[in-house]
Amino acid sequence: MAHSSDTIAPEHTGAHEHDDHHDHHIPSGIKRWLYTTNHKDIGTLYLWFAFIMFLIGGAMAMVIRLELFQPGLQIVDPNFFNQMTTVHGLIMVFGAVMPAFTGLANWLVPMMIGAPDMALPRMNNWSFWILPGAFLILLASLFMEGGGPSFGWTFYAPLSTTYSGDSTALFVFSVHIMGASSIMGAINVIVTIFNMRAPGMTWMKMPLFVWTWLITAFLLIAVMPVLAGAVTMVLTDKFFGTSFFNAAGGGDPVMFQHIFWFFGHPEVYIMILPAFGIISQIVPTFSRKKLFGYASMVYATASIALLSFVVWAHHMFTTGMPVAAEMFFMFATMLISVPTGVKVFNWVATMWRGSMTFEVPMLFAVAFIVLFTIGGLSGLMLAITPVDFQYHDTYFVVAHFHYVLVTGAIFSIMAAVYYWLPKWTGKMFDITLAKWHFWCSLISVNVLFFPMHFVGLAGMPRRIPDYALQFADFNKWISLGGFAFGLSQLIFLALLIKACRKQGEPVSSQVWEGAEGLEWEIPSPAPYHTFETPPVIK
Amino acid sequence: MSEQAKNNQKMVIKLLVIVVGMFGFGFALVPLYDVFCDLTGINGKTANSAAVYTPIEIDESRTISVEFITRTNTGMPWEFRAETTRVKVHPGELSTVNFYVRNPANKQIVAQAIPSVSPGVAALYLNKTECFCFNQQPLLAGEEASMPMQFYVDPQLPDDISFFTVQYTLFDVTGKGDKLAVKENPYLREQPESGI
Ligand code: HEM
Ligand SMILES: [Cu+2]
Repeated sequence: MAHSSDTIAPEHTGAHEHDDHHDHHIPSGIKRWLYTTNHKDIGTLYLWFAFIMFLIGGAMAMVIRLELFQPGLQIVDPNFFNQMTTVHGLIMVFGAVMPAFTGLANWLVPMMIGAPDMALPRMNNWSFWILPGAFLILLASLFMEGGGPSFGWTFYAPLSTTYSGDSTALFVFSVHIMGASSIMGAINVIVTIFNMRAPGMTWMKMPLFVWTWLITAFLLIAVMPVLAGAVTMVLTDKFFGTSFFNAAGGGDPVMFQHIFWFFGHPEVYIMILPAFGIISQIVPTFSRKKLFGYASMVYATASIALLSFVVWAHHMFTTGMPVAAEMFFMFATMLISVPTGVKVFNWVATMWRGSMTFEVPMLFAVAFIVLFTIGGLSGLMLAITPVDFQYHDTYFVVAHFHYVLVTGAIFSIMAAVYYWLPKWTGKMFDITLAKWHFWCSLISVNVLFFPMHFVGLAGMPRRIPDYALQFADFNKWISLGGFAFGLSQLIFLALLIKACRKQGEPVSSQVWEGAEGLEWEIPSPAPYHTFETPPVIK
Repeated sequence: MSEQAKNNQKMVIKLLVIVVGMFGFGFALVPLYDVFCDLTGINGKTANSAAVYTPIEIDESRTISVEFITRTNTGMPWEFRAETTRVKVHPGELSTVNFYVRNPANKQIVAQAIPSVSPGVAALYLNKTECFCFNQQPLLAGEEASMPMQFYVDPQLPDDISFFTVQYTLFDVTGKGDKLAVKENPYLREQPESGI
C-alpha cells in the first residue's frame, strides 16, 4: 500500500529534494520489505500480517463451529478440538488484533504528530520481522507428535505444566518472541510520541488515537514482561523440575491464575484502548463536529489503564477467594465501567445534532458503539460475583468477550482501514464491496455471537467439543452465523487486493469532508517520506 | 539530529529498565503471594513445621467439628484414608487423628501430603504439633503405615466458624528432592510379607 510518490504538497516543497534523494534508495522487490525502516512500509507489513493471521485464526474457528454444528463428536477428535480453541485464541489475540493496532500506529502516529518517521526505525524493522517466525513456530507445533498446545489461550497450570505435550516448549518460545516484538513496538511508540512531536504539538493537542496508543504502550511494557515470566515458569515447571505451580513441591496452581490475569486483564485493555482512539477520530469526522469532551476522553483512558491493574481476579471468582477479596474485585471491576461509560457518552454526544453521514468507516464506528456496549453490559453482569458463579466458563463468557473483541476491537480496525485506506493508496476503495462487507459482517456476527448468551445462561460449558441435545438448535444457528461471518471476510480480502492494485477513483488530500488532522493535510497517497521538515501546528 | 538520537537513547534505556523491572516483578509475585497467604491465611495453607503446644485454657463452651478428607493426586497409586473422618474438639484441646496409607505398587514410592483447609481462614488457627505432612513419606512395595497428625484449635478461632474441613492430597514425589525424605517410614505398621 505504501509507495513512493512524486506528488508533494506545495507547502512542503522544502522537503521535495529530500524526497527525491531518498526515493532513489528504495530497493525493489522482497528486499524493500525485508530491509525497510520506513514507518509506512512497516505499517503495511504489520497490517497484512495481521490480516493473514485473522484468516488463519478464522479458519480454526470454522473447524470449531463445524464440530459444534451438531451434538456428538463428528469431525475432529477432542484433543484436536482443544488445539483449535487454544491456537485460535492465541492467534487472534497476539497475531491479529495486536499487530493490526501496531500497524495502524506505525502508519498513523508519525503522520499525526508531524514526525518524519518512528524514533527507532531499525528496531521497528526487527520488531516486525521476528513476528512471522513466532507464529510459524506456533503453527508448526500443531504438526508435532502429540499435537500443539491444547490448554486454552490462558494456559492454566497444571494443564500446561503436568498434562501438556512436548510442544509446550515451542509454545513458550513463540510467546517469548511475540512478547519481545510487542515490547519493542511499544518502546518505539513511546519514544516517538515523547521526542518526535512537531513543535507546537502539545500534549493536549495530540489526536486521541495518539493518546490511546501512548497509554496502551505503557500498559504493554508493564505487563508483557509479566507474561514472559509466567511462560518461563511454566517452562521450568514442565521441563526443569521447579514447582512454581506444583503443590507437591510447595507451589500453588492458583498462583498461576493470579500471575496470568495480572497480565491478562490489562491485556484486554491493550486490545481495546487503541480502538477507543480510532472511534474518537472517526465519529467527529462524519458528524462534522469537534469531539465532545476531548480532555475527559484522555482522563478516562488513563483511569481505565490504571484501574485495569486492580481487577484481575474477576476472572477467578470461583477459585475460593475470601469474601472480602471477591467484594473488592467486584466493585473495582464495576468501577471500570464508569470511565468506559464516559467514552460511550462522549461519542453519542459528538453525534448529537451533528450533520451526520454514514460512509463505510462511520458504519463500522456506529456498529462498534452499539455492539461494544452490549459487550460491556454482559461484562458488568459477569462482574457481579454471585452470578458469575453461574456464568463462569460458560458460553456467556464467550459471548461477552467476542462482543468486545470482534465487534469491538476488530470492527474498529476495519473502520480504521476504511477510514485511512484512501490516504494510503490515493484511491477510493470499492464502496459497493465495502457496504456488502459491512452489512454481511454485521448481520452474521450477531447471528454468531448473540445466541451464545442464551446457551451460556442455560449452562453450556465453553471449550467442550460436544454438548447436551437441548443446545442443538441454537448451536446450529451459531455455526451458520459463523460460516457467514467467515465468508464475509473474503469480501474484505477482495476489496483490499483491489485497493492495493490502486484501482478506484483518485481522492483529494482531505479524502473525507470533515476530516481534520495533520494526516489529511499531506497529499493522497501519502508520500513515502512526510514531514521531513516539521509542519506548522495551528 | 544527533541530539535527538541521544534523547531517544536515554528514553529507551529508561523504558528497558521498566521492562526488566516488570519481568522481575513477575517472579517477585511468587514469594509475595506466599507471604500474603501466610499472613492472611486466605488460601487454606497450614504451617510447614510443628507448632509447640503450651497448655492453655480449654474453651469448653465451644465445640468445633473438624472433618478430614483424603485424596491422591492423579497417577499416585497409594491407598490413603483418614482412620477417623470427623472429630469434635474444644478449642485448646489436643487431639490426634491417624491416616492409613498403603503402597500397592511393586516399587518404592515417596509421597508428600499437602493440606488445604476450608474455609481458608481456619488454617491460621489450626496448630499442628505433629504431622506426617511435614516430611516426605517413603513406602516400599506393599508396605503400609498409620501416620498420625496431632493438632489443637486456637481458641482465637473466629466465632462464626464451628466447622472446618482439612483435606490432604497425596502427591508422588519419588526422585524429586529426596533429601528431605526420611530413609524409612517412621510410622510403619508391620513388615510386608516377602514377595508381596
Ligand atoms: C465494562 C467493562 C468490562 C467488564 C465489567 C468485564 C468483565 C469481565 C469479567 C467479570 C470476566 C470474567 C468472566 C468469567 O470468566 O467468569 C470477563 C472475561 C473476559 N473479558 Fe471482560 N469485561 C469488560 C470489558 C472487556 C473488554 C473491553 C475486553 C477486551 C477487549 C474484555 C475481554 C474479556 C475476555 C477476553 C474475557 C475472557 C477471558 C477468558 O477467560 O478467556 N472485557 N470480563
Ligand atoms: Cu478482565
